[in-house]
Amino acid sequence: MSRQIGEVVLDLKQVSLSFGGVKALTGISFDVREHEIRAIIGPNGAGKSSMLNVINGVYRPQEGEIILRGQRFTKMNPYKAAQAGISRTFQNIALFKGMNVIDNLMTGRNLKIRSNLIQQAFWWGPARREELEHRAKVEEVIDFLEIQHIRKTPVGRLPYGLQKRVDLGRALAMEPSILLLDEPMAGMNVEEKQDMCRFILDVNDQFGTTIVLIEHDMAVVMDISDRVVVLDYGKKIGDGDPDAVRNNPDVISAYLGASH
Amino acid sequence: MGFFLETLIGGLMAGMLYSLVALGFVLIFKASGVFNFAQGAMVLFAALAMARFAEWIPGWFGLEGSYLGTAAAFVVAGALMFVVAWLIERLVLRHLVNQEGATLLMATLGIAYVLEGVGSSLFGSSIYTIDVGMPKDPVFLFEGTFAGGLLINKEDFIAALIAAVLVGLLTLFFQKTTTGRALRAVADDHQAAQSIGIPLNRIWVIVWCVAGLVALVAGVIWGSKLGVQFSLSTVALRALPVVILGGLTSVPGAIIGGLIIGVGEKLSEVYIGPMVGGGIEIWFAYVLALVFLLFRPQGLFGEKIIDRV
Amino acid sequence: MLYRENGQFKTSYAADQQIFPITQDRWAIIGILVFAFVAVPLLVDEYMFRAILIPFVILSLAALGVNILVGFCGQITLGAGAFMAVGAYAAYNFHIRVEGMPLLVSLLLGGLTAAAVGIVFGIPSLRVRGLYLAVATLAAQFFTDWVFLRVPWFTDNASSGSVSVSNLQVMGWQINNPLNKYLFCLAILTVFALMAKNMTRSAIGRQWMAIRDMDVAAEVIGIRPLFAKLSAFAVSSFFVGTAGALWGFVHLASWEPAAFSVDRSFQLLFMVIIGGLGSIMGSFFGAAFIVVLPIALNQLLPAIGDLVGVEISTAGISHAELIIFGGLIVFFLIKEPHGIARLWSTGKEKLRLWPFPH
Ligand SMILES: Nc1ncnc2c1ncn2[C@@H]1O[C@H](COP(=O)(O)OP(=O)(O)OP(=O)(O)O)[C@@H](O)[C@H]1O
Ligand SMILES: [Mg+2]
Repeated sequence: MSRQIGEVVLDLKQVSLSFGGVKALTGISFDVREHEIRAIIGPNGAGKSSMLNVINGVYRPQEGEIILRGQRFTKMNPYKAAQAGISRTFQNIALFKGMNVIDNLMTGRNLKIRSNLIQQAFWWGPARREELEHRAKVEEVIDFLEIQHIRKTPVGRLPYGLQKRVDLGRALAMEPSILLLDEPMAGMNVEEKQDMCRFILDVNDQFGTTIVLIEHDMAVVMDISDRVVVLDYGKKIGDGDPDAVRNNPDVISAYLGASH
Repeated sequence: MGFFLETLIGGLMAGMLYSLVALGFVLIFKASGVFNFAQGAMVLFAALAMARFAEWIPGWFGLEGSYLGTAAAFVVAGALMFVVAWLIERLVLRHLVNQEGATLLMATLGIAYVLEGVGSSLFGSSIYTIDVGMPKDPVFLFEGTFAGGLLINKEDFIAALIAAVLVGLLTLFFQKTTTGRALRAVADDHQAAQSIGIPLNRIWVIVWCVAGLVALVAGVIWGSKLGVQFSLSTVALRALPVVILGGLTSVPGAIIGGLIIGVGEKLSEVYIGPMVGGGIEIWFAYVLALVFLLFRPQGLFGEKIIDRV
Repeated sequence: MLYRENGQFKTSYAADQQIFPITQDRWAIIGILVFAFVAVPLLVDEYMFRAILIPFVILSLAALGVNILVGFCGQITLGAGAFMAVGAYAAYNFHIRVEGMPLLVSLLLGGLTAAAVGIVFGIPSLRVRGLYLAVATLAAQFFTDWVFLRVPWFTDNASSGSVSVSNLQVMGWQINNPLNKYLFCLAILTVFALMAKNMTRSAIGRQWMAIRDMDVAAEVIGIRPLFAKLSAFAVSSFFVGTAGALWGFVHLASWEPAAFSVDRSFQLLFMVIIGGLGSIMGSFFGAAFIVVLPIALNQLLPAIGDLVGVEISTAGISHAELIIFGGLIVFFLIKEPHGIARLWSTGKEKLRLWPFPH
């Protein structure tokens, strides 16, 4: 493998989050190193998605802090996170239903747009040039994900598996340094899962993107991740490389206790 | 002090009527997700029906001068509102299930036009009066406590009383009866309600009937105060700030919101109006509601919801 | 020539990103423009200009603006009439208060003022959504109604806000007859429509649509809701305000606040919903439908009455108009909730595949 796991880029300290009476996360700490694939696993409702939502500022934790490349955030917001190079996909696909695939991916380029509204209104030099540049970049992503044939299809009309892929594409179009994936393979058939696995590994390998991955399929998790965090009822019950986690008695009992 | 209290009480009494109309909105919105812009047209339609039937029925049956005629007119107008509710469900709502909010809103505007058109073709479009024997003379209260006492308009007082009783009844209906509970179930989740065997269409007819009845009462009260004329259909616009203040789905919100808006309007009209040339009560309620929304987007009684992703 | 995309291979992204990538569409647009600017003036009489074409052109412009906000950015507004009023009265003030102000500049400044006011009334959209926002926008409506009726400064002390303008001209070209009025408004509409099309196919348009479709996801990929929403309010109000200025100056010449009442706001919303939310083309369809319908009914009803031998009174006609208008709107919403634009694009889709149905 060409990639080399590096320093800690993302460090979460004592994060607690609750909704009314429901404690979604209690005092969670863990770190993510550069270029690694870090998995978060746990039974349904364990707080995995909430964890990702805290990382990129969609949810505001009541306690705790996020240290991103040495910079301390007690209040992250989604826009700041995006600027800092964090992008993500969603458990329940959150594509822009009224737009086609190209436009969905083009939204991922938004932070890099420099032309202003007036230039755009007249399709004026810089606006037009930029549009072409970004289109070329988006086409690279399209080629990478092998979705050339659906370029111009409105995403609402695509089958589920392809929507998931476009969701990934939109995140990749941002050229993120940290990519958060919330169950990217849920509901897919074996073949689609294999494709998705390949894409994830290729992204990690070719672009050196750090990946935080939530996934229920244990075989996949154990196979592709470098380190695994295990959550249960909002608490961290395990953390380490796949083998260590597999043999952790707490993890085993949590999984046996749950309905999986 | 006496003057301030008078204004305040006047505001509360007007507010009670707003609560009543707002309740019509809330009922329909809760049960069918429809923001009913036709509420105003329904008030106008009901008031027109009432005014004309009160004129015609005594003539047909020789009941001149008796309260029986007025009562009969009220019943007939009420029955007519039921028919209207049934037609709306039949012809419009059932074909628009699961459409977006904006589409439904537009549909109710369409309904409003139709109601206005039908109303004036059937009942004519001049100005009519409704006389249900509301006392018109003012009374003085607390003459011992304040110099000059408090001047209260009896008509307003009775109107507020009727509105309050109706609001109370509706709340009871909503909280305590089986139908009311079914209504709430529908409001919470259409599909789930349907799957446990609650007939959606019937529920819709019921809420629209109730809204029709509310419109009739509001129409009679306002109509007897101001005369039945086209401008009655704008009372709904006056009640809108109430629903955003109180929250679209909250019954207590509609009641308290109505009182707040009523009082706010009256106080602003009396104390701020003269400074800026008057006529401000129409937008003041909106601005009040708006400012409030900026601080509490979920309305008075709504719960704060964090989107799940 | 058949309507085909096949065989028109794009060799560059530039070619694929043209404003109308399909050759036949390009020709159709050129055809329509030639028709509107050259053929219509030769074919049409004054009544047509005054009763149908000028209102159609101006209200299309307003509908475009409303569609940007409602259709593209997903923020429902019931206050569009307010921004027409702001545009009209602001332009009026620039026109009478600034010596030698060119007409076009007054009109555009009217639009810009509306944009500024639009931003202010757009602020609630940052906190509330959907129907709450719709009601909040009514605040704009009732507030401006009142301002122009009661605050004399804005209307040059005219009683009850009724003002008038005369001697309109652009660099010596008199805008005094229906033909010139039509051409003037049409020219402005053309430029604005082009701007709308360009915005909706570039970054700003994608920001609006992203906010409309899924605001949380939009923020996550780096779209600021504040900028996206307020820019939609600003651009929309600019269009609507300019339309309002044209409505006052060119169409009415003298007007009062009632010309921009809440009924106008509803009318504009009808246009974009019936025409098609999120479709530039749809704005034109919707405007045409709403402008023509009452006139058609007005002509048709007495004729039908004659046919069956009943005399319909004027009041009867106006009531029937209300009923049919309302009924048609409901009918339309039930039959085609996505508007005329959807019918149009399904039609085109069929044409593209013709003569093979699959
Ligand atoms: N926006 C929200 N509002 C209220 N409660 C929430 C919200 N988001 C999450 N929760 C609650 O927080 C807890 C954790 O939810 P979360 O979605 O993080 O779980 P998860 O581990 O992702 O589960 P799954 O495997 O089902 O996706 C749950 O009890 C959930 O109901
Ligand atoms: Mg989850």
